Amino acid sequence: MATVSMTVNGNKVSRDVEPRTLLVQYIREHLELTGTHVGCDTSQCGACVVHVDGQSVKSCTILAAQAEGSQVTTIEGLAKDGKLHPMQEAFREHHALQCGFCTPGMIMSAIDLVEKNPKLTEEDIRHGLEGNLCRCTGYHNIVKAIAAAAKTMGG
Amino acid sequence: MYAFNYHKPKSLADAQALVAKFPDGKILAGGHTLIPTLKQRLAQPTDLIDIGGLAELKGITVSGSTVSIGAGTKHGEVADSADVKKAIPALAALAALIGDRQVRNKGTMGGSLANNDPAADYPGAILGLGATVHTTKRAIKADDFLKGMFETALDEGEIITKVEFPVPKRAAYEKFRNPASRYVMVGAFVAETASGIRVAITGAGPTAYRWADAEKALGAKFAVASVEKLVHTSNGLNADIHASAEYRAHLITVMTKRAVAGAGG
Amino acid sequence: MNAVTGTGIGASVRRKEDYRFITGQGTYTDDINRPGQLHAYFVRSPHAFAKIKSIDTAAAKASAGVVAVFTGQELAADKVGGLICGWTVTGKDGTPHKAPPHPAIALDTARCVGDQVAVVIATTKEIARDAGEKIVVDYDVLQAVVDPVDTLKPNAPQLHAEAPGNLCYDWEFGDRASTDAGFAKAAHVVKLDLINNRLSPNPMEPRVAIGEHDRATDTTTCYSTSQNPHVLRLILCAFIFGLPEHKVRVVAPDVGGGFGSKIFCYAEEVVCVWASRKLNKPVKWTSDRSEAFLTDAHGRDHVTHAELALDKDGKFLALKCSTIANMGAYLSTFASCVPSYLYALLLAGQYTTPAIYAEVKAVFTNTTPVDAYRGAGRPEATYVVERLVEVAARQLNMDPAEIRKKNFIAPDAFPYQTPVAVAYDSGQYELSMNEALKMVDYKGFAGRRAESEKRGMLRGIGFAAYIEACGIAPSAVVGSLGAGVGLWESASVRFNPTGSVSVFTGSHSHGQGHETTFAQVVSEKMGVPIEQIDIVHGDTQRIPMGMGTYGSRSLAVGGSAIVKACDKLIAKGKKIAAHLMEAAVDDVEFDAGMFKVAGTDKSVPIGQVCFTAYVPHNYPADLEPGFEENAFYDPSNFTYPAGTHIAEVEVDPGSGHVTIAKWVAVDDFGNVINPMVVEGQVHGGVAQGVGQAMLEGVVYDKASGQLLTGSFMDYTMPRADDLPNFDVGMTHTPCPHNPLGVKGCGEAGAIAAPAALMNAITDALGVEIDMPATPEKVWRAAQGKVRALAAE
Repeated sequence: MATVSMTVNGNKVSRDVEPRTLLVQYIREHLELTGTHVGCDTSQCGACVVHVDGQSVKSCTILAAQAEGSQVTTIEGLAKDGKLHPMQEAFREHHALQCGFCTPGMIMSAIDLVEKNPKLTEEDIRHGLEGNLCRCTGYHNIVKAIAAAAKTMGG
Repeated sequence: MYAFNYHKPKSLADAQALVAKFPDGKILAGGHTLIPTLKQRLAQPTDLIDIGGLAELKGITVSGSTVSIGAGTKHGEVADSADVKKAIPALAALAALIGDRQVRNKGTMGGSLANNDPAADYPGAILGLGATVHTTKRAIKADDFLKGMFETALDEGEIITKVEFPVPKRAAYEKFRNPASRYVMVGAFVAETASGIRVAITGAGPTAYRWADAEKALGAKFAVASVEKLVHTSNGLNADIHASAEYRAHLITVMTKRAVAGAGG
Repeated sequence: MNAVTGTGIGASVRRKEDYRFITGQGTYTDDINRPGQLHAYFVRSPHAFAKIKSIDTAAAKASAGVVAVFTGQELAADKVGGLICGWTVTGKDGTPHKAPPHPAIALDTARCVGDQVAVVIATTKEIARDAGEKIVVDYDVLQAVVDPVDTLKPNAPQLHAEAPGNLCYDWEFGDRASTDAGFAKAAHVVKLDLINNRLSPNPMEPRVAIGEHDRATDTTTCYSTSQNPHVLRLILCAFIFGLPEHKVRVVAPDVGGGFGSKIFCYAEEVVCVWASRKLNKPVKWTSDRSEAFLTDAHGRDHVTHAELALDKDGKFLALKCSTIANMGAYLSTFASCVPSYLYALLLAGQYTTPAIYAEVKAVFTNTTPVDAYRGAGRPEATYVVERLVEVAARQLNMDPAEIRKKNFIAPDAFPYQTPVAVAYDSGQYELSMNEALKMVDYKGFAGRRAESEKRGMLRGIGFAAYIEACGIAPSAVVGSLGAGVGLWESASVRFNPTGSVSVFTGSHSHGQGHETTFAQVVSEKMGVPIEQIDIVHGDTQRIPMGMGTYGSRSLAVGGSAIVKACDKLIAKGKKIAAHLMEAAVDDVEFDAGMFKVAGTDKSVPIGQVCFTAYVPHNYPADLEPGFEENAFYDPSNFTYPAGTHIAEVEVDPGSGHVTIAKWVAVDDFGNVINPMVVEGQVHGGVAQGVGQAMLEGVVYDKASGQLLTGSFMDYTMPRADDLPNFDVGMTHTPCPHNPLGVKGCGEAGAIAAPAALMNAITDALGVEIDMPATPEKVWRAAQGKVRALAAE
């Protein structure tokens, strides 16, 4: 067991975990923040995407220990004082989700994408989503939602 | 994953000491090859030595005709680097095609090269540009570095510290992706360098290699017409459910042609 | 739309369920953890076909943290029944299909890679897996067979003693004599050999099962990623464990997509429930994606020879096809009906083809079982019909739109009795096609093709005028065809005393948006805003017996049950309102939430009626209190959504890369409750159909039986940059036999898309190829095309 500490959604947390604990396990099983999902075991699907120190990463492909001391944001940490993030609003407004399982990772990826390139084109969005799989929507409305959110976010 | 011990050395020297201490340990850089491997239980290291945070391995510097990139530099940092984009735009463009956005935010150049996956992009870049791989022990020319599928010239415990890329006159990389994994199925890195034309093919064979026929043809004239009729042999190329050796051979010509066009040939 | 609420039928209201999903508050099965919970790890066969000589579990059992290790022997000793197939198909010779034993954990033989061989129950998942690797299984590896054609060969390995020749059934449908007569008088016969590739459903949420036994009440709960919790409970109770249903509860909370694969009862559910009773501890299993590829029921996998007979003018005279359908190693829950009744009955398509004959051999191979996957049989039928029609147009040099129009069933011909048993309810096929032709700018195609050719690209256009049958029913008919269940649906609409509404439905939402669309139906009917309406589903202890969600049935069947329950409430409400207004019941009308006395200005709102029903101080003497009604709805027929999809592609002959330039879908789902949600269903269906046509395909190694596409590294899932924007249009021909006039929309895209896209790609190439049209396959075909052009 090793003690791993980090700041998650603004809260300092510390847990004793096995070294082999993945960040996603730390978040889901130890912090009980179950909004971050696991949809594959080969780092392909992106259901587990969270932000670590401001960058989107696949939390199934880093050890919790690697995130020691980091600032982590999960889907649960996006809405501030009950006010949804513009990306969350856009997903709801444009019906960019159906079963909702890929949605947290998709939203976390989308925010990173727009923050790094606020003036992104449809092609940029489609290319930028290559690390996230959705089986329900055919991506059509996800692309629309991200484009709309980019405008709101100041692109 | 099997259980292991985790170490986070504070310096490269500490890391080397740990590597020496745990012969059945493994070095963890970005982890984007190693962790998936561990999750599939395809490796069972006793210890992981995490060099991901070492400042000594970070950074991009351009001096004169050389771009030097620390081994711990992430793919996304290379892709977004204004310096790299200016000096060797083909290298930044290649980095932007590795994996996906999240992989590029964690995966490192050193990790990719040390692993030498046949479906990796960076081996094509170091070979295509004639880079030099610097390690804790020595400097290795790209032509001597890649030894075979998942094999490099690195000794046990030898850690890549940085890679030096000579700035070419012009270069371009074209990639045909495996439709499922998005890894490179056939990539062609074409460069006109101070020491001549270099054409590196990655993804197609057990490891990246230079295509002598194309280099010769482009040496005579750097133009699409020089390569479009070239026929690459399918002997020795990879074959899987996504592409036969014959198709890969064909794509080598197509991608090389596109790269030449991309480099202004 | 209901003018009062603004949230009734026809409004694209935002989904009620979305808030919890976009904030990470959804509760999926893996998010549930029970006190004292143990974890199950399944040891699976690494071989496609092997005798199990012995299993040594001693080292695993001795590991710290391991609570138990079980093999098939322990389940057998406890008389745990095997997995069942709930639909019996009767073959040509009058004998029922062969459904060999399917133990939840293999007893002496493993018949596919991934077959369960043992299970370790431990305190953590990692400990269970560590221990699982210490189990030593001595296998006698046998030669496997994975190909559905090979498995019928005389020297093929034999999977089951109960199924000689690996034949599950040899079935036929339609009139052979009249079909032969049609071919005898044909001016043209078009022949095609088609492979309908095997698919892995891959909902993004992998399956999960938790068993939990409560000794105090002797009740066992199974939390499961199920599309139909009551059917799962029925199977667990009646067939697997012999337990009374009131002592078993199945909960399917938020479920992350199903597409058919979560209809079925799986071994892991059986084992977790059984082990939780045996150990008196909750037992949880969460599938890895790698396990999902091995164990989630696959879809499709047909090999078909099909022929279409036409007269000299291109009028269809007869259609026949012969199909071999791969069932995999065992018969899954509803596997048998998919390549038979859900397939051959749709072979008329949208056309007046007077004679049709189909024969289907269902076969066993050493592969993962195959069952219903989005569309289930109907995509396979549409693929046969629409590929034949397209090729017929090419061979007869007719316009592909014109040949279809020439053969469409006319709008005034409904109800239309097809030669394959089913009678279509309503349709305007030419209307949808004309709209699609307009949207795609069909007239401009020649110009676009010429422009592509200038750039060295090949351009193609392809059609699919599909038919679907949804809401499989009525129960008496499906019963006569071999179904082991009824296919009605239930609803309970409960007004709470202060006017909010709880609707309990047997349908299950795993992405379809029932919490919104069903609420819209109630909002429209009862004049209550949707914010005051909750849709409750997915828990056998809370809802009436229901049949779940599959086959695009939820709205047509489940929604109709809700309407029926609402109608009962309105009838009761009229009695209460009449009493309150001192009027005759027959004079009371209900509209937009108000009970009114006809021809007067007297009215009472539904809220007051509801309150009165619960506080019946001033109440009709002969009326029960309360404002809640149950209804069961058994449809009188299937519904038949139809439409035309048109794909336009550009093929790079140099690399084999295909770009989808345009996608037009014009569907007729009858009336539509929430257009936004319906369009979303179309997008998703098309994406899966595009996946089947261009990207996806389960591949087994023929020699070893190993699954080669065992992860997303090798199984190509459609990604955002593989797909275009979809241009979706609609026509509305109401279903005449259900109260909402709705037809179902969940599967249409997946049914239409493969044929449309393959017709487009083969149009571009000038060569027929099979799915999936991978870059290499397209490149090889394009090489032939380029050579052919050069030779012209």
